[in-house]
Amino acid sequence: MSSDIDTLHPLDIEGTRLTVKKPALRYDRQGDMSDDRRVEAAMRAFVREFGATSAAYLESCIHCGMCAEACHYYVQTNDPRYTPVRKLEPFKQAYKRESGPFAFFYRMFNLKPRVTVDELQQWQELIYDSCTMCGRCTLICPMGIDIAHLVGQARHGMFQAGLVPHELWAVAERAEREGSPLGATPKVFKDRIDWLSDEHGVEISVDREVADVLVSMSSVEIMKYPLAIVATARVLNALGEKWTIRLDGYEATNFGMLSGNAQWQKDLSMKIINAAIKCKAKLLLLPECGHAYGAMRWDGANMYGKPLPFEVLHVSEYLARNLGNGRLKVKNLPKSVTFHDPCQIARRGGATQAPRQVLGKLGVELREMSPSGDVNWCCGGGGGVVTIHRADDLRYKVFQIKMKQVDESGAEMLVMSCSNCRLTFDDGQAHFKWDKTAHSLLELVADNLVQ
Amino acid sequence: MNLLDFARGPALEWSFAIFLFGVLWRLLGILLLRRVHDYSEPRAHRAALGALQAIVRRTWPRKEFRARTTYGLAISYVFHVGLAIVVFGFVPHILLIRSLLGVSWPGLPGAVIYFSAVVTLAALVMALIRRLTHPVLKLLSNFDDYFSWAVTIAPLVTGLLAVAHYGGRYENLLAVHILSVELLFIWFPFGKLMHAVLFVLARGQTGVVYGRRGAST
Ligand code: HEM
Ligand code: SF4
Ligand code: SF4
Repeated sequence: MSSDIDTLHPLDIEGTRLTVKKPALRYDRQGDMSDDRRVEAAMRAFVREFGATSAAYLESCIHCGMCAEACHYYVQTNDPRYTPVRKLEPFKQAYKRESGPFAFFYRMFNLKPRVTVDELQQWQELIYDSCTMCGRCTLICPMGIDIAHLVGQARHGMFQAGLVPHELWAVAERAEREGSPLGATPKVFKDRIDWLSDEHGVEISVDREVADVLVSMSSVEIMKYPLAIVATARVLNALGEKWTIRLDGYEATNFGMLSGNAQWQKDLSMKIINAAIKCKAKLLLLPECGHAYGAMRWDGANMYGKPLPFEVLHVSEYLARNLGNGRLKVKNLPKSVTFHDPCQIARRGGATQAPRQVLGKLGVELREMSPSGDVNWCCGGGGGVVTIHRADDLRYKVFQIKMKQVDESGAEMLVMSCSNCRLTFDDGQAHFKWDKTAHSLLELVADNLVQ
Repeated sequence: MNLLDFARGPALEWSFAIFLFGVLWRLLGILLLRRVHDYSEPRAHRAALGALQAIVRRTWPRKEFRARTTYGLAISYVFHVGLAIVVFGFVPHILLIRSLLGVSWPGLPGAVIYFSAVVTLAALVMALIRRLTHPVLKLLSNFDDYFSWAVTIAPLVTGLLAVAHYGGRYENLLAVHILSVELLFIWFPFGKLMHAVLFVLARGQTGVVYGRRGAST
């Protein structure tokens, strides 16, 4: 079945951003459970993986409100509804009432009322549309509460309650069914590879039985930035790597994780893990995609249930390593560049220095945004937010922080290492008729390779 | 038994027992829950260091955040430090602690204590005003926030009244002061005052997670 003729949730692959077409009628409620069942399912899923860590977080909040000052949604709107920790309110309330150390107290005196389906429905916008799980709030909280992590857990609850925004549910369901959220099915992908290989005269290895490096891709790249595939191939060929792409495990984005379906998250991750094991890969190369990095680099082994038998690297780390050891050589690029740090790779991933090392080797003049690195501002499109049509106005509002930062850097060129950020920048650029275009770090390296 | 005897006798014992039991109950209620093992390959083997870093560093904000947080933080710094000075620097408090625990240290001059107490009082009042007027704090705040504030400021107010011999017989003023401290003890484990213990846990956990990722803690 071709994904393009899915009439239920047709994809929009022509626009500046990729998602399903703007639905004439939104379905932000899935399934037909009774209201009570929804609330119960939400709470059960929220507490299922609930352990000491999350409990300590929920118990520690002192309501100091500082997290609001770190969140782009509050900073740009001054609307206190967007205070990060408040996005967890129904779940915190349920935790205190149902399973905290003083739950019997709260129930006995009804100090925390039961959560209702109306509340959950109201909170859908806070848990999905206005949280990119960027983790800036985690960094500011004086108690060190990892709010972004808890929002991820709250999404598990929302998914089981059937209360996921229309588009995010639709792309996640498509990912589970077709293997790709945005129509990059194995057939579409293979066609693209053949075409790119012809068009650009580059060898792209597919379905090798045994390979040292397994390459994964983001469907955003496959559908929108296919030159990323060419660039990856150029780099790996230049290094003489024994590498491959496998059609049974290539999609690195994980909309199971973003929408909050833990089982789908596992299914999607296991496809790549199994493909890597099958071809005896020593290295799994992750594409320029932030959430893909979080999903595989930090969650992958936990989906697998034991340590992964291969190394996992983001492509920027791989480039930094091979430029550092001299196996890869690049020409000098006499330009000033500013770099946008993808939240999941830098702040939440720890690979903040890799792109800077790459840019250093390219010899560009790096003009850091203020702030940058681990404290960067999010592009506003992460966490699946860029797919949600009704979140557009808010997304453009928070994107203005980014425009200001880029403009103030005074750099000639804007570079990043996440195709989802790039999609958000492209869409923002079109919306504001902005004069700055986002570029990919990987493509920059590939374009300047010394053979 | 007069009020002072009650405050120094059964009330003290009971409030302390509730304090200890409550703190333990709440801590165990958290710590005995499941801990999920993290199988991901750490970038840096510095989980312990990360925990320590987070516990220490979160005491002050990163410079990037200062512009937006300094006012609120300054208020709370003043009253936390002020409380510590008054609690641990006032000679009668030190004598009490010595009689209970056998340890002691030199006290601070009375003038320093009274000044600290008044400044602390002012800072707490400012914290309350901020809570009542700041849109974010207004929305977040619940009974716990206001009650915890009240039981924190109460010993300060009653202590100042006792020292000033204002509002009644000294024995009664002192008794009320002690009772107000006992109220704080009793409330401590159940509300947000518990942050004085929990901050180690929450910051430490985040330090472990991000420390092993090699990310900022
Ligand atoms: C020893 C470790 C402690 C740490 C690390 C700590 C830390 C903090 C922090 C970071 C805040 C939030 C500041 C803000 O709102 O800007 C806070 C608030 C507060 N703390 Fe502490 N604290 C400690 C001990 C205590 C103790 C012993 C008390 C009182 C008995 C106390 C009473 C309060 C109160 C009442 C507030 C809330 C003020 C408000 O209404 O905003 N703290 N604490
Ligand atoms: S994770 Fe980012 S978007 Fe979500 S609440 Fe925190 S600061 Fe806001
Ligand atoms: S910054 Fe942390 S402690 Fe303060 S309100 Fe937000 S989550 Fe709670």
